[in-house]
Amino acid sequence: MRKFNAYFTIVILSTFIFVSGCASTQMKALDATESQVQIRSMQTRAFDSSDKKLMMQTVISTMQDLDFVIDKADLMLGSVTGTKFLGYASVVMSVTVRPRGETQLLVRASAQYGIKQVDDAETYQDFFNALEKSLFLTAHQVD
Amino acid sequence: MKIKHITLVAVLIVMSFSFSGCATIPTGFLKLSEDSLEKRQLQIRQYDTEDETLIIQSTAGVLQDLGFTLADSETELGLVVATKSADATQAGQVILAGFADILNALSGTPSNASATVDKVQEVKGSVIIRASLEGGKTVVRITFQRIVWNASGQVNRVETMSEPELYQKFFDSLSKAIFLETNKI
Repeated sequence: MRKFNAYFTIVILSTFIFVSGCASTQMKALDATESQVQIRSMQTRAFDSSDKKLMMQTVISTMQDLDFVIDKADLMLGSVTGTKFLGYASVVMSVTVRPRGETQLLVRASAQYGIKQVDDAETYQDFFNALEKSLFLTAHQVD
Repeated sequence: MKIKHITLVAVLIVMSFSFSGCATIPTGFLKLSEDSLEKRQLQIRQYDTEDETLIIQSTAGVLQDLGFTLADSETELGLVVATKSADATQAGQVILAGFADILNALSGTPSNASATVDKVQEVKGSVIIRASLEGGKTVVRITFQRIVWNASGQVNRVETMSEPELYQKFFDSLSKAIFLETNKI
């Protein structure tokens, strides 16, 4: 009987995990995995440049280097959106460029993998590394 | 004994759910790959003109020549996005699938491989046109992506297109279109 109880408990517990599992609620629509400040800091970098158009063109070519196909871009808003296919999943990334003071530009990248927000600081760092590389290329007129 | 079996199955099912449900996102997908320079060369051509408007207009014309419809554009950044639905049927694949179905039917295990063959593809082309940094030239870069559906309407695969001939054909057509535009034909 005790053995039966143990199994029963396991089944009940399993059912709970089953039901709650990774289940989402409506509030998940506005849910973020990290705090607002953390997300902003991992997604944003400042660059010492005031040429918004050139920065956007560099962002576009970096995204193309990373296999993104550009879906939309808007010079006024400073936004670029692209899609990249990874196996059966798709990654959608938006990058915005906006002035910060007179001499700097803020570049912010936010990516979504399938239905999930990318909240890995290293992944964003990879993007900014690639962007820096392109800016270096740009500065030295290589491409 | 029966209870034990059921419990084991339940636990296994729950485990598989909790593993798949919270699958993590792979890392490193925003790293530059080693062949990115190679791809760049495939996707980029330079034209000896500073007339960006001419190149943008020619690009839009060429995309239409190739059966694309324009989806979006931001001319100030030199962006033109176009899409096209096309046939994706491959004779070899269809014959193989049909053969497999017949063999399976004969062996008493009917299959429906014919429903999983490539049927339709939607191709998206995204072109960026900008002035060359050295001046005097205009740089054109195009990237193609496609989604392929099978005969029963499911997505078979999504991919970035990388066949050199595809890019070659686009740029050949663009060169022709630029010639036609400049000569007002």
